[in-house]
Amino acid sequence: MNRIKLKGVPILQQLHLEECLLRTSSHNWCIINQGTNRPTIVMGVSGKPAELLKIESVLCDQIPVVRRFTGGGTVVVDPNTIFVTFICNKDAVAGLQPYPQPIMSWTGALYNKVFQGIGDFHLRENDYVFGDRKFGGNAQSITKNRWIHHTSFLWDYEVRNMAYWKLPARAPEYRLARGHLEFICRMKDSMSRSEFISRTIEATKTRFSLRPAEAESIENTASVNTKFCPTTRLLTKHELEAAAFASPSLGSLSRSF
Amino acid sequence: MALRMWASSTANALRISCASKAHLSPAFSLSRCFSSVLDGLKYASSHEWVKHEGPVATIGITDHAQDHLGEVVFVELPEPGSSVSQGSSFGAVESVKATSDVNTPISGEVVEVNSKLTESPGLINKSPYEDGWMIKLKPSNPSELESLMGSKEYTKFCEEEDAAH
Repeated sequence: MNRIKLKGVPILQQLHLEECLLRTSSHNWCIINQGTNRPTIVMGVSGKPAELLKIESVLCDQIPVVRRFTGGGTVVVDPNTIFVTFICNKDAVAGLQPYPQPIMSWTGALYNKVFQGIGDFHLRENDYVFGDRKFGGNAQSITKNRWIHHTSFLWDYEVRNMAYWKLPARAPEYRLARGHLEFICRMKDSMSRSEFISRTIEATKTRFSLRPAEAESIENTASVNTKFCPTTRLLTKHELEAAAFASPSLGSLSRSF
Repeated sequence: MALRMWASSTANALRISCASKAHLSPAFSLSRCFSSVLDGLKYASSHEWVKHEGPVATIGITDHAQDHLGEVVFVELPEPGSSVSQGSSFGAVESVKATSDVNTPISGEVVEVNSKLTESPGLINKSPYEDGWMIKLKPSNPSELESLMGSKEYTKFCEEEDAAH
């Protein structure tokens, strides 16, 4: 498995790299990015801005909104988010069926090792939690012969960034209608950043032989693959405004002026 | 696992559906703990099915696939008029925080997509071989159907795949 360590790479750039490696590479990859350069909202492939976000606030504060190529929910990421991604060939893990639940179980077991003895870690309704508080959101994409599992870990977060959320229509049962700040927790309250990174690398080494790859050479390889066009993209201001206008609550407010 | 395989073999022996009928008989299953496979369809190793009727082929994912994927909450489909080639991805389904590619068993031009899946993606789980169909193609090379599996072969393929994991 090739290992890429990044720091402060913009999340859109990271997702483009991941999508390209998933679709065009035949190698296994572990990517760790310590923080993105600015607060960004990242929705899953089927995310609807009007349902998930307080669009007026997002537009007013000029927060970028990205729609990524994997499934799952919406996250707000920033320089204090740590991203860990695994991209694997279907047969990279012996006996692993390339479906969502088996892959989630495999990564869950890996992170069990990372967080062994730390807090009350477990995989709960497909979220990474300490007790009943979520600190890591994950998502996947599965192609014919490969899969990706990527996670955004809340090492720390700004309370003001949580203000962009609406309560999601689809939520895990254990959330129990809690507001966002009562539902999540900071990973830094349980372990240091460097300890998390080293434990993740050590846990991965028990499953793969890891070799470091230079990020620059990877980006060069990805960029010369001119046939590949990523689907992950930034939503335009126009799209967000249109979503707000079409929303039953915000739309009527806008139309009344 | 042994009980599951016995149940699967027994259900297969009792299945009635036949390709010559104008419509497919409902899939027969003793319980939902194993997947149904219909006679008269062809199957790809990536768990899509194809029903070839005259100039049109209908494609969807199998009961085995929908069972392993979990509740489908979103479906991405191609535009009518687009061309697809055998084995390539034509769309995706989202389930349990994952997007999974859906691949076409044969090449051709997309002539129709199932627009009901936009509002009701769960049709893929409830009725994978009928209401949950995904696209219709005009096949460009019907001989590609010969490379696909029949119902018996696909049933064995699924049993072996599940047993290996």
